[in-house]
Amino acid sequence: MSKLIYTTTLPGNGHWSLELRRGSLMTITDIEGGANVGMLFYNPRNLLERYNAPDTLKCQHTFKLERGNCLYSDMGRIFASIVEDHSANGAGNWHDTVCGTSNARSVALRWGQRDYQTDRNQWLQNGYDAFLVELAKYGLSRADMASNINWFSKVVADDAGNIHLDTGNACAGNSVSLRFEMDTLVVLHTCPHPLNNAENYPFKPVQIELGEADPVTADDYCKNFRPENQRGFQNNELYYLAAKN
Amino acid sequence: MTLKESTRNPEQAIARHQVKAGDYFLGEIKQGQTFRLVDLEGNQAADVLFYNAKDPSERYSAMDTIRHQGNLYLGAGTTLISNANNELLDIVADTCGRHDTLGGACATESNTVRYSLEKRCMHACRDSWMLAIAEHPEFGIHKRDITHNINFFMNVPVTAQGGLTFADGISAPGKYVELTAKMDIVMLISNCPQLNNPCNGYNPTPIDVIVWN
Ligand SMILES: [Zn+2]
Repeated sequence: MSKLIYTTTLPGNGHWSLELRRGSLMTITDIEGGANVGMLFYNPRNLLERYNAPDTLKCQHTFKLERGNCLYSDMGRIFASIVEDHSANGAGNWHDTVCGTSNARSVALRWGQRDYQTDRNQWLQNGYDAFLVELAKYGLSRADMASNINWFSKVVADDAGNIHLDTGNACAGNSVSLRFEMDTLVVLHTCPHPLNNAENYPFKPVQIELGEADPVTADDYCKNFRPENQRGFQNNELYYLAAKN
Repeated sequence: MTLKESTRNPEQAIARHQVKAGDYFLGEIKQGQTFRLVDLEGNQAADVLFYNAKDPSERYSAMDTIRHQGNLYLGAGTTLISNANNELLDIVADTCGRHDTLGGACATESNTVRYSLEKRCMHACRDSWMLAIAEHPEFGIHKRDITHNINFFMNVPVTAQGGLTFADGISAPGKYVELTAKMDIVMLISNCPQLNNPCNGYNPTPIDVIVWN
């Protein structure tokens, strides 16, 4: 990160949203291990343009997200590139974008009712309600909720398509860095992954660092990760043709 | 993969629509009605979205369906789940064996990324959907409601290493899938016009929609 501007820590049942400029860098770190960050992206100039999980996966012929992958909008553009992706045990990370988010019913079934009166800020918040709260601040509703990313959550499938959450790689110190290629409204929560079967509601905090990314060079890893990504970057350049940064 | 044949007779159907490649179907299916999608010539992809007829902000959710069944693929026995955790439809018969819900629909914009910038003006599923909702405002469906869909007759296997592959060869002429609606739903189909990949065998062909009471 060429310039670090802001650092914060979010507790394990939190939600937040912020608008990031093109050229920003966001690094998320799993502080204790086992964290999950649900995330959605929107174009602040046209909120109808949003993160598209199917396009992101099929453009890059992948089921998981990792370093090199770009996060596509439904308009053929790139919100952000995964420029760094570190796992504390040395392997790369593996991030899910097909399992969606927890909801009040699924959290209540596993860990009990959400109850602010009793639990105060230790209440058992769920990802769906957390997204709804943040989306409403921008005039968005459940109709605008797309398939989200679940950072740090590894979901694997067998040959028959059966899926499970593999927690073996969910170590303290895992981090992922996103370089924003467009101005982007980021909506996020730190609620547990919907396939998390932990005995107790996992309050897993994350650190978020914001700064300025180094400029994209011709030999950029993400841009050259696949020929599709080169074309995605071209679409972004076209979008910003008339704008000066 | 479980194959399950239907005993329903097309002669007793109440409606039959043919949807040509590159066209859309937008219509209501009542609770309890069953419909069949027929891949008439084989190798076609039917890109389908389902909505609660009373409120399109409630709709088919790929994520909730995948999570509910703990499996990535759709087939006989799958219940399609909405984003409000309600049961929308059951897949009651299927002679194809597997249907995709990861790959999404083709769009002119994603075509520029997947194939080349010059493919911008080739017709794509999302354009069919855009025309459908523009021509039929009475359904109250807007662009924000156009989300992560089902691709009937498509096979998109995931590998244990996390790869996504576009396989082919499961569907064939006359293969079909049959669904029963568990609430009044609106069905929006784009019969895929994609010419750039093998999902249509590079030759988009018509499908039939057959509806029974
Ligand atoms: Zn298509």
